[in-house]
Amino acid sequence: MKFLEENIVSLHAKAATPVEAIVQAGSLLQKQGYVSGAYVDAMINSYRKNGPYFVLAPQIALPHARPEDGVYEASVSMVQLAEPVSFGNSANDPVRLVFALGASNSEEHLAVLKKLMDLLSDRKRVESLIAASSYKDIETLIRKGGEEG
Amino acid sequence: MKILCVCGLGQGSSLILRMNVENVLRGMGVQADVEHTDVSSASSTKADYIVTNRELAESLTNASAKIIIVNNYFDVEEIKKALKENLS
Repeated sequence: MKFLEENIVSLHAKAATPVEAIVQAGSLLQKQGYVSGAYVDAMINSYRKNGPYFVLAPQIALPHARPEDGVYEASVSMVQLAEPVSFGNSANDPVRLVFALGASNSEEHLAVLKKLMDLLSDRKRVESLIAASSYKDIETLIRKGGEEG
Repeated sequence: MKILCVCGLGQGSSLILRMNVENVLRGMGVQADVEHTDVSSASSTKADYIVTNRELAESLTNASAKIIIVNNYFDVEEIKKALKENLS
C-alpha cells in the first residue's frame, strides 16, 4: 500500500482544467509504477462520462477508475493546487486537493480508503493540507491521524 | 430495508459512502442491508433507498427507490441528518 508518500505528493501544482489536474495526480502513481497509463486514461474517461461526481467534499476531488483498468498497487497520490480549479460540481467547487486513487481488489483497497476517510473527515486537517508548504507538513498531518485513530 | 450507495464506477467513492452510512446507521440503531454499486447497475437493482450525490441523482430517474442526496461524503453529520430526514 502506498499512501501519500513523498514521491506521490505534489505541492503548489498548476492546472488550468479538471483534466490537467486529474492527469497530474494520476501521473504521480504511474511514474512510480503503481498504475498503468491506461488507468490514468480511464480516470479521464470516467470524468467525461459520469461528470464531476468524484468531487466528494468541499475542495476535494478523488478521481479513480476500476482495478481492471490497470492498478498494480493500492495507492493514493495528492496534488495540491496553487490556484483552485472548478470541476463543475456546484456543491463542492472549487477544488484545491486532488487525490488519485489506485483502486485495487485487495484488502489493501479498504485499508487505503479508511486512511483517506480518517484524514479527510477532519476539516482542520483538510485546511492544513491545503495550506501545507512542504512535504514535512503533510507527513506530520498523516502521522497525527495514525496516532489518534 | 435495503440501501444502495451509488457512485460512477462502484469502486471508490460509493465504498467510502457505504462505510460512513453503515457507521451512522449503527449509531442510530437502524438495521439495514447496505451495498455499494455503480450508477448503471443501480437503476436496475431493487432497493428501498439510494444514497448518492446530486450529480449522479439526475441519472437515476428510473430507479424506484427513494433517493437521498449527500453532498459531502466525509461529513458524518450531514449523512446522519440526511438519513434521519428520509428513512421512514
